[in-house]
Amino acid sequence: MLLQQLVNGLTLGAIYSLIALGYTLVYGILMLINFAHSEVLMVGAFVGLGVQLFFPPSLTSGPLGLALVFTLAMAAAGALNVVVERLAYRPLRNISRLAPLISAIGVSIILQNAVFLWVSNQSQTFPDIMKMRSFQFAGADISSLQIVILFTALGLMAALHFFIQKTRVGKAMRACADDMEAAELMGIDTKRIVAVTFLVGGALGGAAGALNGMYYGSIKYNLGFLPGMKAFTAAVLGGIGNIQGAVLGGFILGLLEVAVAGYLPNGAEWKDVIAFVVLICVLLARPSGILGEKIGEKV
Amino acid sequence: MSVKKYAFKAGLFAALVVFPLLVRDTSLAHLIRSAGTVGLAVLLALGLNFTLGYVGLFDLGYIAFYAIGAYTAAILSIHGWSFWLILPVAVAVAAAIRVLVGVSILRLRGDYLAIVTMGFGEITRLTINNLDFLTNGPKGLPRVGEVIRPVEFFGYQLGLDPSNTDFYYLILAFIALAAVLCRRLEDSRLGREWVAIREDEVAAELMGLPVARLKLLAFTISAAFAAAAGVIFAHWERFVTPESFVFWESILIVAMIVLGGMGSIPGVILGAVILAGTPQLLQAGAEFLTPYLGAGFINYRYLIFGLVMVLMVIFRPQGILPSKRREAELTQKEAGVP
Repeated sequence: MLLQQLVNGLTLGAIYSLIALGYTLVYGILMLINFAHSEVLMVGAFVGLGVQLFFPPSLTSGPLGLALVFTLAMAAAGALNVVVERLAYRPLRNISRLAPLISAIGVSIILQNAVFLWVSNQSQTFPDIMKMRSFQFAGADISSLQIVILFTALGLMAALHFFIQKTRVGKAMRACADDMEAAELMGIDTKRIVAVTFLVGGALGGAAGALNGMYYGSIKYNLGFLPGMKAFTAAVLGGIGNIQGAVLGGFILGLLEVAVAGYLPNGAEWKDVIAFVVLICVLLARPSGILGEKIGEKV
Repeated sequence: MSVKKYAFKAGLFAALVVFPLLVRDTSLAHLIRSAGTVGLAVLLALGLNFTLGYVGLFDLGYIAFYAIGAYTAAILSIHGWSFWLILPVAVAVAAAIRVLVGVSILRLRGDYLAIVTMGFGEITRLTINNLDFLTNGPKGLPRVGEVIRPVEFFGYQLGLDPSNTDFYYLILAFIALAAVLCRRLEDSRLGREWVAIREDEVAAELMGLPVARLKLLAFTISAAFAAAAGVIFAHWERFVTPESFVFWESILIVAMIVLGGMGSIPGVILGAVILAGTPQLLQAGAEFLTPYLGAGFINYRYLIFGLVMVLMVIFRPQGILPSKRREAELTQKEAGVP
């Protein structure tokens, strides 16, 4: 029972973490809550479905199919995020902190309704990409799907870590997050770095969208909202702007939700309440999240 | 204020008073109901303006207090209370909860405060959704066999008129009252202290302002406005469900204020009218436009709404009618004055 809950929680947490990374990357660099991120992840899920419908089945099954679905979902979601940044956020840079929030909400409404109108207003089945088996391990039922989700997510996180810590562009991203103006003075093309950040964040969101579709087996035009909100919570829980924090927050939230639903009476009804109560308590004890740095007050 | 401005305000108010009388017997009578819905949004936005507009506290769970007002009203009304007694009680309940919440969370800053208020908003909605014995859960109140009593005004019962004219006037009266109250507070010492906190909290504190108490006060007044709007909402619809109080609604109210112009009363009212009214107008307009644009047009109203939002904020990021005080500050900054 414990192991079962642990695996379920880690799977859910992996999806939350990937989404939370998208929020935290953008926030770290622009101090902007990208409310349209939940729709980017929804579009990623739909692209994942589209790939399976329009490509021949021989290409979209097995590990090769998995790679194809993910590559295209991530590319589409990343590109979409870049376009959103270019059209809706960049014109508002340096003007006010709240204005981009409004355009983000507007973009969110547009994307949801575009999918609602032009793709489908109903739940769509998300087919199994791989043959699913389930393993019995120490009394727990673990499906290969959960393992795939967990390892895909961990792989992407490792790739992100490598990208941010070891590449030149990653270094530039860290510099921009640290101090945008100083980075610009050092000759970094900050506009490009912001675009790259949105590309990477969007791509992770797209992957999370496809994983979400695989996990629940169906997708809908409004699927992004709830995981988006939870993942944002996770990002704040870990310390928004902090990459390790987002991953940590995602896993904590996933495990917590599963534990509450599994162990408390009526837990399934109250799991979201508990998640938010924990969030509030953590923030009251550590006002900038678990791993967040204390930001000095501007005087 | 100049004579011209007074004349404009009086004219606008007169037009709003006459409006339902002109349209109630025509095919446009449904606009009265739409106007009432927009009016509730105006009340909510004026309330949140205290927190977000004056003090600059980012609140993403504001709709919770609308919910608390509406549910308090529904529960008490089912037990036979009258509207006029419920109103102060519901406002007091919401204000008390807001104080309790505010005392603990108001020391958080910026986006952390935003996320905690969002969390509180969701906790409220989910609790209402789960406390079946009190709120009847997702099925809403009143239960079968129960009833929310109509509003009585010196023996006259509101809500019997199917055109909604009487609720329109009730809401209009509340807005007028609220706008005057906002204006008086804005120009008072209190209003200037709030703006001082918004502009520079540290400096305000150093000047000796009791920042924490002032924040809490603005925070509480906001909740009182939302609860009053909620009480009217419950009596008007005579049915409440948790679905009316989702996170999305909180975001929309924030959008109304930013779009209209933070801290500016006419701006906030206009923002609320635009954001709450656009879907209603597109709905109404669709009936006329359908013959030309096809039956599918109505489905595009939210798409257009989103587009309008993005375009408006890109072209007027400071808001449509920014407050003079704020505009002065913004232009000063551009001129290089620290």
